[in-house]
Amino acid sequence: MTFPWLTFLGLLPLVGGVLLFLPMGRGAARTLGLVFSGVTLAVAIAVTALHVGGADLAVQVPWIRAFGAWWALDVDGMGLAMVLMTAVLTPIVLLAEWEPPAMRWSAQAFFALVLILEGLSLFVFMANDVLLFYLFFEATLIPTYFLIVGFGGVRRSYAAVKFLLFSLAGGLIMLASVVGVYVVGAAQGVPSYLVSDLAAVRFDGDLGRWLMLGFLIAFVVKAPMVPLHTWLPDAAEHSTPGTATLLVGVLDKIGTFGMIKLCLGLFPEASLWITPFMVWFAVISIIWGALGAIGSRNLMRLVAYTSVSHFGFMVLGIYAFTTASMTGSIFYMLNHGFSTAAMFLVVGFMAKRTGSYDIAAYGGVQKVAPVLAGVLLVSGLATLSLPGLAPFVSEFMVIAGTWTRYPVVTAVSIIGVVLAAVYILRMYQRTMTGPVTDETAARFTGRDLTGIEKAVMVPIIGVLLVLGFYPQPAVQLVEPTAKATLAYVGTTDPAPVVKGAK
Amino acid sequence: MSSILMPVLEMAAPTLEWRALAPVLLVFAAACVGILLEAVLPRAYRFLGQMTLVFATALVSIGFLVINWRGQYGGRLAMGSIMLDGPTYFMWASLLVFGTLAFMVFSERQLNGGATTFAASAASVPGSLDEADATAARYEHTEVFPLGLFALGGMMVFLASSDLIVMFVALEVFSLPLYLLSGMARRRRLLSQEAALKYFLLGAFSSGFFLFGIAMLYVFSGSLDLAAIHTAIEGNAGSNGLVMIGLAFIAIGLLFKVGVVPFHSWTPDVYMGAPTPVTGFMAIATKLAAVGATMRVFYVALDGERWSWQPLFAVLAVLTMVVGIIGALTQSDIKRLLAYSSIAHAGFILVALVGATQTVAAGEGTSASAIMFYLAAYGFATIGAFALVTMVRNAAGEENNIDGWSGVAAKNPWVAGLMSLFMLSFAGIPLTGGFIGKWAVFTAAWRGGYGWLVIVAVLASLVAVYFYLRLIVVMFGRKEAKGVYVGNASAWTWIPVVVGAVATVWMGLVPDQVMQLATFAGGFLR
Repeated sequence: MTFPWLTFLGLLPLVGGVLLFLPMGRGAARTLGLVFSGVTLAVAIAVTALHVGGADLAVQVPWIRAFGAWWALDVDGMGLAMVLMTAVLTPIVLLAEWEPPAMRWSAQAFFALVLILEGLSLFVFMANDVLLFYLFFEATLIPTYFLIVGFGGVRRSYAAVKFLLFSLAGGLIMLASVVGVYVVGAAQGVPSYLVSDLAAVRFDGDLGRWLMLGFLIAFVVKAPMVPLHTWLPDAAEHSTPGTATLLVGVLDKIGTFGMIKLCLGLFPEASLWITPFMVWFAVISIIWGALGAIGSRNLMRLVAYTSVSHFGFMVLGIYAFTTASMTGSIFYMLNHGFSTAAMFLVVGFMAKRTGSYDIAAYGGVQKVAPVLAGVLLVSGLATLSLPGLAPFVSEFMVIAGTWTRYPVVTAVSIIGVVLAAVYILRMYQRTMTGPVTDETAARFTGRDLTGIEKAVMVPIIGVLLVLGFYPQPAVQLVEPTAKATLAYVGTTDPAPVVKGAK
Repeated sequence: MSSILMPVLEMAAPTLEWRALAPVLLVFAAACVGILLEAVLPRAYRFLGQMTLVFATALVSIGFLVINWRGQYGGRLAMGSIMLDGPTYFMWASLLVFGTLAFMVFSERQLNGGATTFAASAASVPGSLDEADATAARYEHTEVFPLGLFALGGMMVFLASSDLIVMFVALEVFSLPLYLLSGMARRRRLLSQEAALKYFLLGAFSSGFFLFGIAMLYVFSGSLDLAAIHTAIEGNAGSNGLVMIGLAFIAIGLLFKVGVVPFHSWTPDVYMGAPTPVTGFMAIATKLAAVGATMRVFYVALDGERWSWQPLFAVLAVLTMVVGIIGALTQSDIKRLLAYSSIAHAGFILVALVGATQTVAAGEGTSASAIMFYLAAYGFATIGAFALVTMVRNAAGEENNIDGWSGVAAKNPWVAGLMSLFMLSFAGIPLTGGFIGKWAVFTAAWRGGYGWLVIVAVLASLVAVYFYLRLIVVMFGRKEAKGVYVGNASAWTWIPVVVGAVATVWMGLVPDQVMQLATFAGGFLR
């Protein structure tokens, strides 16, 4: 038997996280945590190299034989993109939270929880068995809950419970569908939870639609779509920037990931049936999220709302069912992880100096802390999808791909792009430009970004720039997933229609 | 002369399969020896003697059980009154393990300043001089161990009996010691005695119903044997009125012990009033035995009337889940909270029982196997949770008020963390045995054709999550309560907690072994 790379990859941070609960020195704990996340990243890169080299990495061991559940892990392009994103973001987050806010809970606990969260998320992105996916999908909630409740802001308990209840509500509805999938499969002679086995089962008619809806509701809560998004701004506002990064950048991707892998992958017919609703829900999310961001007075809420808007684009791209839009969506999932991380972490650096996330607490920062202002500007421009930065490529692919099928919808969604410029530039204008306020002068003078903070931002902005100018490798990585999904659903790209070119 | 003494009936000497019945016979024998020890041993050695007896018996019983199980001993034993089939083996093993763990908590004396949680003299009037004298003299009731063993033995026979009269006797054998044990709390003795009385009166009432049901089935079928009743029902072409009455009354008797709505009202009061170690024992052992007996009666004897009892049980399942959960939402006492939670869990179990998936391909899960796994997972979490309840204390004893649990995480992160683990298992959150159990019972129910009931159960568990979460929020998210401390418990409390935690995680991560055991235990034999 070949070496089970994927199991190893997921277990590594989990082992690290559990080890960190042992008593040890503060410095040793943080170093150990960083080492574990670094080794995980190295293994993730090795796995990517193996996958690109054509190696078969699949792991498949019986897990619960009585109910046909398997310890089955595998990666495709999309899974690998998410695995890489998670593996890259975790050490960055740990570095950014090297000095978590002084709370009752120690930095050691923070590092341990982040590593556990990383391991569980990696397993979600690699699971090839519906029950295994569900198990880790739900399990990620527990470390996240403790990350919010142990290290968050004033109303952390409220935010943590709201997050947990929303997620569990979605998750338990999904549980009914998970059970139903097995029952329908068993009735058709396939008593198995393997995604590849279930692809042969036909989930037709009303039952198939209900089962699909069970999955979809969980994913809609996760990839926050209006009107089930309200937990996100609260959770982001009352957690630390590092937690918010992982929450929005990594965990929420499980929503869109699951839509492609499970909703489309198991229920093609029902997914086509729901498409008209999903497309319009996506557009509503795009615009609602953008308006919410414009109305936010709190920087963390603002970034959370921009994500609601961006998730709208991803969902739009998925349900437009064209190669370009779906590839764009998956690519967007990757880019958004980095652009959101950049925003949350820079905002965190600002708040570390002033102790406030209120936009009104800042003014004229760029005159006293130019590097910080520059980094915020680049992050903001990435968020509003400026050409040259990675999100532009993916947003353009989504819009261009969707246009060929739903021109009206696309036209409406373009409003979101315009509003993005409004919320980012207004935020920048009010915090960074203008006269230097006394508060700013006192807090920021001589306190521009430190070495560690620069070390955090350089790789993120590097990724955004590289993928912005040379997106080809990433697009090639994820395109097979999009093509395979579309082929399975049975749609073909609309033929290009160019008027006057007869 | 001799003709007068001649018996009218030929009395054959009963034949007993000693080896196959050894696990249960040993438990009863040890209980009897325990009573003798009370009379023989001087006071200073009683506690030690009883404990040695209990744990040695449990180990030997478990050993016999394992050997017999591997040797595939089984079938109808003790002249057709005991059925030793796969489910019996699995549930006997569960009962012995949970019983042993619960008796460990009985033995805790360090938490309470050198005394057990049982009254110094249960016969003394609360608040009287007698009581004060007994306490000052440091009397203790070591009878709790033989009583516990009698209860355990009764439960083992209860779920294994293939004859209704044996089942009824076993019901009384395990109920009477429990009534006594419930009334023996050291603190809040009036509450404890009230609980015991309430439990006794309602229990006696339900036993009456059970007995009446037996009579009806006997009148209908002419037999007390479960298999014979099944044959009579299968062959019946006429009216089934007697069966209906018998079925309903037997259901009342059994579901009372399970704690199903509307026969649940004793649960919160008894759980709150009884000494916490006893509550932990009852919460899992009584439920397990009663569910086992219910499955046996309804799957073996009344299977032919399935279309009559399934809709009835479905309605009861919904009611039980709803009432249990709504009740739990409003509780401020942790033991009452766990009591309502146990009612809700009875509802989830009933969901699978109604589904009654019995005919699937070999090696696939049935209703019985799902329920047995569920009970095992629930049991480990229950034993652990009640043991932890004894540790959080105030000046007067246990702090059972949920507000008093505020900020326990800051005082002792292990207690808070493990309690959270058990709550997550109750709530059915993944990586715990509770999740796998819940998913297994839902799957069994849906395969049995009760998809709608699964949907109701899922919605119910969503609401249930809230009150389990509330305790976690209180422990981790609130300021520390004043005057409450985490007691320094001995290994007698910590071993059940740690075993419970390890088993909960183990059954959540790699449930295959236990699930295979439950699956290959197979169905009930007739």
